Amino acid sequence: MNPPLQLVLTSADWLNLFGHYLLLSLMSVGGAISTTAEMHRFLVEQHGWLTQAQFNESIAIAQAAPGPNVLFVALMGWNVGMNAGSTAAACLGVLITMVGIMLPSTTLTYMAAQWGYRNRDLRAVRAFKQGMAPIVVALLVSTGLILGGANHRLATDWPIWTLSVVAGLIIWRTRIHLLWLLAAGAVLGWYQIV
Amino acid sequence: MPDPSTAPASVLPDAQPRPDSLRDLFFSFTWLALQGFGGVLAVIQREMVERKRWLTQEQFLEDWAVAQIMPGPNVVNLSLMVGGRYFGLKGALAALAGMLAAPLVIVLILGVLYTHYGHYPQLAGALRGMAAVSAGMIAATGIKLAAALVKHPLPLWLTLAMAALGVLMVAVLRWPLPWILLGLGGFGVWTTYRKLPR
Repeated sequence: MNPPLQLVLTSADWLNLFGHYLLLSLMSVGGAISTTAEMHRFLVEQHGWLTQAQFNESIAIAQAAPGPNVLFVALMGWNVGMNAGSTAAACLGVLITMVGIMLPSTTLTYMAAQWGYRNRDLRAVRAFKQGMAPIVVALLVSTGLILGGANHRLATDWPIWTLSVVAGLIIWRTRIHLLWLLAAGAVLGWYQIV
Repeated sequence: MPDPSTAPASVLPDAQPRPDSLRDLFFSFTWLALQGFGGVLAVIQREMVERKRWLTQEQFLEDWAVAQIMPGPNVVNLSLMVGGRYFGLKGALAALAGMLAAPLVIVLILGVLYTHYGHYPQLAGALRGMAAVSAGMIAATGIKLAAALVKHPLPLWLTLAMAALGVLMVAVLRWPLPWILLGLGGFGVWTTYRKLPR
């Protein structure tokens, strides 16, 4: 199957891609997903290295797949490489985008965490970690609400909302294994019940 | 593994369960990541706090604050921090590799499959159903962690009011996150700082 785009990427282009992801990594407070608007501008609008459909599918597949959502970056790198014509280029794309998006943020986080751990008795460090706790709770609840509220029409979307709420209640009140609930969600979706 | 219900009250914090090797870290985070359909957020609290008990509810909230405020994916940052705490840089890398290696292979395989089978409505439906369950799981994780606010230095009514205000700002008003972290987060840190003993 031919890729939807046929690109010729020079080593300067690959370097440009790498540099851009290094930069995005530093901006990715709240996760790589918060920089998707900028990725879209760079990959789809400015350079035309990905089609709109490839961009959307990369995010949707990584969201559904097991593992951290940041792996949508790997799929974008893969698709850029496939557009450049080969599986080898696709592997290079994965390597470049993933190392780019991970290296700066993990280095910074590791150093900050080690510093914080060594100085964990400092009043300021304790105040920071404990003072943020209510916001952490708020962010988790909000993420669930935003993801669950992505479907907007009450008349047709109430079954899927019900599924989200019931799943949330079960997780909150029981210790059932999460995979059972996910499997139930998949079955209900497969038969178009939600 | 020590049973907390029978442990003496004077038990030291290092009696808490911990990863026993780099291999344990790697496979624990691989298993954790592989359960995380629709994101690892809902799974990481369940595994770290409720099953493995490497972190208490309070420690999880504190570490999560750092993981959240630093750039990079939260769950990846948290795995780095947990690994780094027990085995230094090697531990951080083992946890990071566990979190990313197997899921990376799976997501690429799914990407290739999707280009062939993506047009089946059943498949799209199954993905939609799993995403809905995952949204509920994440919200429930937040509600569960709110129980740890009881032990917070600030009064419960204030921390709960701040959490509710945060949900309003993030989920309803959709304000940019950096401002919320600076504003509401700054307020939380400042009031906590004044309340803590020197």
